[in-house]
Amino acid sequence: MRAAGGPDVSVGDVLLSVEDVSLSFGGVRAVSGVSFDIRKGEIRAIIGPNGAGKTSMLNVINGFYHPQKGRITFKGETRSRMRPHDAAYGGIARTFQNVALFRGMTALDNIMAGRTLKMHANFFWQLLRYGPALREEVEHRKRVEEIIDFLKIQEIRRVPVGRLPYGLQKRVELGRALAMEPELLLLDEPMAGMNLEEKEDMSRFVLDVNDHYGTTIALIEHDMGVVMDLSDRVVVLDHGIKIADGTPDEVKRNQAVIDAYLGVAH
Amino acid sequence: MDLLYKIFLDPFVQMGTAPDLLVQTLWEGLVAGVLYSLIALGFVLIFKASGVFNFAQGIMVVFAALTLVGLHEHGVPAYLALALTILVMLGLAFAVERLILRPLVNQPDIILFMATFGLTYFLIGFGELIFGGETKIMIANQLGLPRGAIDVKLAGGFVSIQKIDIAAAVIASLMVAGLAIFFQRTRIGRALRAVADSHRAALSVGISLEQIWVIVWFAAGLVALTTGIMWGARSDVSFALDVIALKALPVLILGGLTSIPGAIVGGLIIGIGEKLGEFYWGPLMGSGIESWFAYVIALIFLLFRPQGLFGERIIERI
Repeated sequence: MRAAGGPDVSVGDVLLSVEDVSLSFGGVRAVSGVSFDIRKGEIRAIIGPNGAGKTSMLNVINGFYHPQKGRITFKGETRSRMRPHDAAYGGIARTFQNVALFRGMTALDNIMAGRTLKMHANFFWQLLRYGPALREEVEHRKRVEEIIDFLKIQEIRRVPVGRLPYGLQKRVELGRALAMEPELLLLDEPMAGMNLEEKEDMSRFVLDVNDHYGTTIALIEHDMGVVMDLSDRVVVLDHGIKIADGTPDEVKRNQAVIDAYLGVAH
Repeated sequence: MDLLYKIFLDPFVQMGTAPDLLVQTLWEGLVAGVLYSLIALGFVLIFKASGVFNFAQGIMVVFAALTLVGLHEHGVPAYLALALTILVMLGLAFAVERLILRPLVNQPDIILFMATFGLTYFLIGFGELIFGGETKIMIANQLGLPRGAIDVKLAGGFVSIQKIDIAAAVIASLMVAGLAIFFQRTRIGRALRAVADSHRAALSVGISLEQIWVIVWFAAGLVALTTGIMWGARSDVSFALDVIALKALPVLILGGLTSIPGAIVGGLIIGIGEKLGEFYWGPLMGSGIESWFAYVIALIFLLFRPQGLFGERIIERI
């Protein structure tokens, strides 16, 4: 059900799988016994009504939350908990539901911050900003300018992001995640609060990222039209439990999903 | 009328009739201001990156200076003592991260602020235990800092300039310029600012909070050491030095807590304002106004710019 782009290239091996993951906060169960996988090169949507545990799931994958039970396998390596640093180092980048940017910094610096793990010049060269440190800055700046061109935000690169409108902030945040050259990109409601035109732009960027860079994408989204158009496979959560998993068409026809969204007479 | 004349006219007449004295006063204010800037800079570094108002910055100045002098007293050559002191400040940064910041992560700011009080008293006690409480002389000559004064013929008179003050101004300026470039234009600098802005976003791009905290506390330690050497060379090294930390407070209010340029400009304004006030207006009030005049200057600025000169204006989305 891809609206644009070529054929689904290299959707193949499992890149990340979560098995039997349960997470609770005190007595509140956020996620219970959820398993699903994300395959290389696909766009995987995670949907569900409010409070279904979607964001919690992303936070588990990205290492912000540590599940009480379950396993996470990423690139063949299994662990019971992920740490944010391991996730970033291993190639997982993300954006946040309510935009978490470095507000005082310019768009350019925000995106440069995404290159942190790729830069290696040591503290003393950095202190002098000379030699390896300077070469590195220039080289990474080049990559960042490519991303800025790709996202068409050239004219705002020197603007502190706190002053940008919401839609552009989301784009800068995507840029920061892309600067990490991730293998897996987690997008938490990338189109929330956007108007139709902004949504279309963002959808285009998501598809382009998937096509051009071959980045695997897992996204949470509420707009069903967007989800059905963009994603290869969809997993549906409700009250922390997985109720469906499959192609957009399969999921759309699934009775449990319809009940979850429309409510059911008990 | 007489009082008004003395307040609003007479000082300026004096400035006009004896310009060499004015230059001398300005110079002394400038040097004091540079040192205030350095202390404020230590505060700003830590506040920016970890949101902690580090009450211990003043005592870190004393501790660094004491360590340097104390090591030298025990027969360590001056430059080796300097290197060792830098290592001690690095060790302190690691200890602070491991023993204070990490266990208290996600606690309210006031808790961390109180923890720095604890650190202050620990450093006082520990410093006294190891190096003794008596006043010491800074080993400025052994470190190759110049001494003596030069007289410059200027503005129809002689202005006497201490060489150590010139050195202090130059070193402090270099340090400030270096830190500014480091913060603005390098990976670690960006990471520091990133951590200051948003912890979770910083974590998501793989920035390690622990590493950043060690780096800022170390940087603040180096600033403290520099301040300690310079200030110690002008007076002596003793625990009384930590009152200069109180001077940093009006500087911070004036400059804005999060701004490096603010710390610098604020320091200079306070330093120069204080000396001018002391020299020209002080006699009206029987002198000694230096100790509180800084706060008056800060208050006047606050009336017009509540966020400080360079502070980030707080904008709320409604």
